[in-house]
Amino acid sequence: MEKKITITIDGQEVSAKPGQTVLECAKSIGIFIPTLCHYQNTTNVGACRVCVVEVENARSLVASCCMPISPGMVVRTNTPAVRAAQKMIVELLWSSGDHNCLTCEQNGQCELQNLVYWLKIDKPRFNIEPPGYAPDNSNTMIHRDLNKCVLCGRCIRACNEIQVNEVLDFAMRGSYAKVGPAFDADYIDSACVFCGECLQVCPTGAITFKQAKFGGRPWELDKVRTTCTYCGVGCQMDLFIKDNKIVKVMGNREYGQPNDGSLCVKGRFGMDFLSHPDRLKKPLIRYKKNEDLKEVTWDEAYTFIADKLSAIKHANGPDSIAGLASARCSNEENYLFQKFMRAVIGTNNVDHCARL
Amino acid sequence: MTNSIDELEFTDLILATGTNTTENHPVIGMKIKRAVKQHGTKLIVIDPREIDLVKYASIWLRQKPGTDVAVFNGLLNVIIAEGLYAKEYVVERTEGFDALKAVVAKYTPEYVENISGVPAEDLKKAARMYAKANRASIIYAMGITQHISGTDNVKSTANLAMLCGNVGIEGGGVNPLRGQNNVQGACDMGALPNVYPAYQQVANADAHKKFEATWGATLSLKPGLTLMEIMAGAGSGAIKAVYVMGENPLLSDPDLHHVKKELQNLDLLIVQDIFLTETAQIADVILPVASFAEKDGTFTNTERRVQRVRKAIEPPGEAKTDWEVIAGLSNKMGYPMHYTSAKEIFEEVTTVTPSYAGITYKRIEKEGLQWPCPTHDHKGTKFLHKDRFSRGLGLFTAIEFIPPNELPDKDYPFFLSTGRVLYHYHTGTMTTRTQGLSERCPESLVEINPIDAQNSGIADGQMVKVTSRRGTVEAKAHITQKSAPGTIFMNFHFAAAPVNLLTNPVLDPTGKIPEYKVCAVKLAAA
Repeated sequence: MEKKITITIDGQEVSAKPGQTVLECAKSIGIFIPTLCHYQNTTNVGACRVCVVEVENARSLVASCCMPISPGMVVRTNTPAVRAAQKMIVELLWSSGDHNCLTCEQNGQCELQNLVYWLKIDKPRFNIEPPGYAPDNSNTMIHRDLNKCVLCGRCIRACNEIQVNEVLDFAMRGSYAKVGPAFDADYIDSACVFCGECLQVCPTGAITFKQAKFGGRPWELDKVRTTCTYCGVGCQMDLFIKDNKIVKVMGNREYGQPNDGSLCVKGRFGMDFLSHPDRLKKPLIRYKKNEDLKEVTWDEAYTFIADKLSAIKHANGPDSIAGLASARCSNEENYLFQKFMRAVIGTNNVDHCARL
Repeated sequence: MTNSIDELEFTDLILATGTNTTENHPVIGMKIKRAVKQHGTKLIVIDPREIDLVKYASIWLRQKPGTDVAVFNGLLNVIIAEGLYAKEYVVERTEGFDALKAVVAKYTPEYVENISGVPAEDLKKAARMYAKANRASIIYAMGITQHISGTDNVKSTANLAMLCGNVGIEGGGVNPLRGQNNVQGACDMGALPNVYPAYQQVANADAHKKFEATWGATLSLKPGLTLMEIMAGAGSGAIKAVYVMGENPLLSDPDLHHVKKELQNLDLLIVQDIFLTETAQIADVILPVASFAEKDGTFTNTERRVQRVRKAIEPPGEAKTDWEVIAGLSNKMGYPMHYTSAKEIFEEVTTVTPSYAGITYKRIEKEGLQWPCPTHDHKGTKFLHKDRFSRGLGLFTAIEFIPPNELPDKDYPFFLSTGRVLYHYHTGTMTTRTQGLSERCPESLVEINPIDAQNSGIADGQMVKVTSRRGTVEAKAHITQKSAPGTIFMNFHFAAAPVNLLTNPVLDPTGKIPEYKVCAVKLAAA
């Protein structure tokens, strides 16, 4: 059996495997340490220092997300020094950006906003000086406003470590540092494949779902879990709904297989066809070849089809009728379709486009 | 798939062939890239196109289109000649090895190089790498199947996997990546001419009796026609009526000029869809239905995982779900179908589909189950053929290479291969009506190698005419190294550039799949 290490956090003893971090141990016994740059399944970088804790005999405060446990370690997560450092960090982040919650889509689900609230900060002690970048309005899928970026690097790790698209990275240095594709290009001119993983992990309003803007506040949206309608991977996704419209689509890390919360461009941004004006809304019949289609009731449509199919079956036999089911429809519908062709029409002439 | 998607990320080697995974199954592509970058998995790519995965590959074999059997026989040849195969596994779990060995004997790396253009040394390297991997997974998609030798190609992948003992183990397997959300489920549900749900043969007397009893109807013992045969039947007059639910053959089938004539020849064409597709435009009756977001039900993904689909919004106008329409029509025709929910239909499905028998909506509320799942306490099946193949022993098939049906010649000097791009899906019915996707990829592009472009005097972005013996299509040129010299690639998403006017309708004799991946065309500036 693997040896375990025992440490003490806020007076509680906890045993864990070597290599685990202080943050993981704290979480395992229900002690909350605020984080910002930390993101599950990506490298711990300790960039933001929001997760600092006191470790006895350590030279200074340490970032708990990166600090591996060692035997006998004594950790304190809520001392005045820790809180003072956290406040300082958050106030610096706040004042270095344009964090105006009034107009921000992320309002209500912003991790910076949550930190400000949790740390009970009224206002930053520094002047607010946003960098003044022009927002990336180059496309209708991903909106990027680097004035709201806290340089946590989560989008970079999501792009490189989760999706392995290798598009985003830090550019420039010091206070000029920013995140983006190569050559500081807009997304549309870059190698970006618009999987949207970056907007899913962004803690602030810097990278957001563009078409969701003004579509509804987070607390107004209903969430429905479903399976994506595109390829055969069967990604699990959350549809966010307001007024019978899909406002946005997000992955959900809690759903596990097969996609672990990741999506591709089609699943995430490929849903506006649902409310397209071209959607068919009424049954249509062309009573004679080359005539125009006429709107009819469902009963008229059923009667027309039933009469015609019965006549054809009677005159030419059931094998003169064929049906194409669909790889797009549900199991229930395909089952019923082949049952209809076999039991009602009486033919096995049923296939679908599996081969195409 | 014999195995599961998540196994790909933690296996020792992945052989990807005929799959442009990062564009067609991006989330699986993501896992493959993670496997290579983060978990030390080796990747072999066998593909005529320089797809994105090539960047992550240890070895890339660029074969001439349609020479897959030769390449696989070459791999088998090297592995057998060098004694690298799983000898115990071959003895204990397979049959037909001697016949296989005899046929692949002549497929030496040099012989294969002559046919496929794959350098003999690369072939040897790939063979050794695959054979020496502890666990190796083969993944493929339509690049393997859409050939007249499609069935042979698939069997070739199975030969390789079995030879090295890679079937029936975690992280191994032969894994077709299904291109549509529920193509697996549609097959499982018996939307095929020769089988009932769970692949029970319509010609089998026991299955016939069982379904006649369950459904209370007289059923036919005669296997039906496949899609391409149905179209031909429409053309000849043998088929009088076709009922199409959610398909668009008038953009997806090969040799479209013919398909249109065939469908117009029908007495009755019924189309049930969410949009007025190309096929619906020539229909006699059009029935408006609900999309996936407007109904409840289940889809079965490529790893056999049955997952819930949930209603999130109301359908537009008077549109109904497909199952309500089928039931309504059935009731009108005197066969009562009084289902009140998709769940009720699913419950009936599980009574006649042994592989789904243990699945309930309640069990898949949080996570889908992978069939076979025969009982309510069965946990589902992560990978197939553990300890035993469905037929008992795994059967090697000795296969000779046959060339594609139509090869480039003096008049039509280029190979044309077709497929999808990342930003669109199938016949584009949904994706071309989506703003973001259209912004990224607004039109069809003809992918041409720079050498061919130069020789033909074609500039990037210029309109070009691509002509086969069956038709002509115009679209913009995209000059790229992705295409090998002598090969053109086009997608089939756009009605404005219907590439299936060009494709060759010749079929694989067993799978009845058209040879979309190879036909001969000529190219000219438009």
